[in-house]
Amino acid sequence: MATVPKIEVGADYKEKYGFFVPEEYVFKAKRGLNPDIVTEISWMKQEPEWMAKMRLRSLEIFRKKPMPKWGADLSVIDFENIFYYLKASDKQSKTWEELPPDIKATYDRLGVPEAERKFLAGVSAQYESEVVYHSLQESLTKKGVIFTDTDSALRDHPELFKEYFGTVIPPADNKFAALNTAVWSGGSFIYVPKGVHVEIPLQAYFRINAENMGQFERTLIICDEGSFVHYIEGCTAPIYTTDSLHSAVVEIIVKKNARCRYTTIQNWSTNVFNLVTKRAMAYADATMEWVDGNLGSQITMKYPSVYLMEPGAKGDVLSVAFAGKGQHQDAGGKMIHVAPNTTSTITSKSISKAGGRTSYRGHIKIYPGANNCKSFVKCDALLLDDESRSDTYPYNDVDAENVTLGHEATVSKVSDEQLFYLMSRGIPRAEAETMIVNGFIEPFTKELPLEYAVELNRLIQLEMEGSVG
Amino acid sequence: MADFEIKDLRASVEGRQILKGVSLAISMGEVHAVMGPNGSGKSTLSHTLMGHPGYTVDGGSVLFKGQNVLELEPDERARLGMFLAFQYPVVVPGISMANFLRTALNSKRGYDGKDKSKQVTPKEFRSMMKSELEVLHMDDSFLPRYINDGFSGGEKKRAEILQMAMLKPEIAILDETDSGLDIDSIKFVAEAVNRMRGPELGILIITHYTRVLEFIKPDYVHVLVDGKFVLSGGPEVAERLENTGYAEWGHAEEEPKEVA
Repeated sequence: MATVPKIEVGADYKEKYGFFVPEEYVFKAKRGLNPDIVTEISWMKQEPEWMAKMRLRSLEIFRKKPMPKWGADLSVIDFENIFYYLKASDKQSKTWEELPPDIKATYDRLGVPEAERKFLAGVSAQYESEVVYHSLQESLTKKGVIFTDTDSALRDHPELFKEYFGTVIPPADNKFAALNTAVWSGGSFIYVPKGVHVEIPLQAYFRINAENMGQFERTLIICDEGSFVHYIEGCTAPIYTTDSLHSAVVEIIVKKNARCRYTTIQNWSTNVFNLVTKRAMAYADATMEWVDGNLGSQITMKYPSVYLMEPGAKGDVLSVAFAGKGQHQDAGGKMIHVAPNTTSTITSKSISKAGGRTSYRGHIKIYPGANNCKSFVKCDALLLDDESRSDTYPYNDVDAENVTLGHEATVSKVSDEQLFYLMSRGIPRAEAETMIVNGFIEPFTKELPLEYAVELNRLIQLEMEGSVG
Repeated sequence: MADFEIKDLRASVEGRQILKGVSLAISMGEVHAVMGPNGSGKSTLSHTLMGHPGYTVDGGSVLFKGQNVLELEPDERARLGMFLAFQYPVVVPGISMANFLRTALNSKRGYDGKDKSKQVTPKEFRSMMKSELEVLHMDDSFLPRYINDGFSGGEKKRAEILQMAMLKPEIAILDETDSGLDIDSIKFVAEAVNRMRGPELGILIITHYTRVLEFIKPDYVHVLVDGKFVLSGGPEVAERLENTGYAEWGHAEEEPKEVA
């Protein structure tokens, strides 16, 4: 019978991504969530009073809001059994050499320095709850671009920070946005001045490295008029035995004629609850693009959205979800057409295998008076076996005239004909299946910088391993 | 003993028996043609030989290099030296022809991601490609295109022969490679196939029409009707079919000559 050769990339996966570095924390918060802990977080960070108050107010909102009843089952999350803040080292490091050795070891294995050599403009690597390593190319500074961790931004750019923080996603928006606002730590802050184009993607790496530690990063990006930036976050996570919560908030403001692209490739370990709120406001003739790849995690609920605030604004969501055994990827996008003559597209690709479940959940809202809007949604699902599942939940509210709204959805299986064709050329079944899956998400992959495209294809290969009998 | 021996092959599709005992022996260097009217079992023969999962083997054997290939997976048959040029090449979106060809070539050589010495180098790949493309009157603009995606009929068939040239099989089955091709395309395809002819390759051409056999001269011709060979012989069998068609086996309405 056929022997399925072991795919090379899997061999060093555990070594490369599934390791732990012994914890050496300067400060370790207690488990659980209450006003004292929230106050302590703010105090540790020496934050201004308005932030401390906002955190406490958000905690109250979090307490009052019920758990979402739709989407995935979140009842298993025990909020009292989570660390809400950990600080790995006392101070921020400016150069690689200054980093504590254990943290350096982590990033060595992740390949951060190598990636930086290649084309990084700045690395903002989040270890535990806080950004500890951060370098910024001089050319960026000269152009007036601010790229820093969010905690430093609050300290160093207080006015800019206060003007925008929480304006796109207020704490009362949803339960998890409230939780994030109460306990947030780390994340990236980017300000791109008028007319400045940042040619090289800005990147950050996120990891969770302590059991039961929540990760509540907060990212705020402001693209001033006529500017451009591409921000990339790549996530890999070690393997855990107990549940972990990741609940981030990403707020983006794209002003007139500006363009922002936000790329995520995440691969949380399969016990992580990944509940993220991502939203952008796009003003006149501005473009916002979310490129969102969801692998790993136990449950992901994520619907990047764009509020199209002024005429000519354009929003794009391009997402990929992969759900394996015991995983539920509930992802999609939201396009809110507030102004006339705005356009949006959502392209969603999902893959389910070994009983995994993917759901596309999307919302297109076109407000009264937002005439002549165009929106197109395309979702394609690929099922790798009979036990897997895929659902589509599109919601459309159209209250304007002369609107073009398109929706296309397909569900397919890896076809016998395609498999036979590839195998008839000598390609083993497992490899052929991986090729077909990578081909299926190619419209997504081709939007990524080469390094990430290669990494994503490797991750797909890993996910596919053992899926064929 | 021949190098590739089909013995009393019986196969069915969805419970219906199509091949009712087919035997055929091919030696290296020979070109065999299997001709037959529609529904005679021609594509069942090609698919069964390559191991398509939709075809069930009910009996018989296919011996090649000391193995019964009917017990092997399609990829194992390919790596053993078999090749099928598809009648309807399959579209696979998102994978470039270049990537596909390179992966296939690496698999054929037994590269499993570890022993780099078995891996085809970019330079080697390019030079192999270049000469084959010229023979087939193709240019390398099709390399970044997805597998068979948006290819014209002629492009698809030429791409099949290109794959054959790259993979260098020892037994090649050409399934209706001539169907749907204009005369120029047939000539290019035939030229490429004739170039590969030699003591290292046995060829099985499956066709409805005699036309392709004007360009690729067969050594033996077998007539398949209702799942069995009813006549075998030399090239003269093709000539006979050209004149009388399949009428003598009750298929009067079918012309073995394609009407241009």
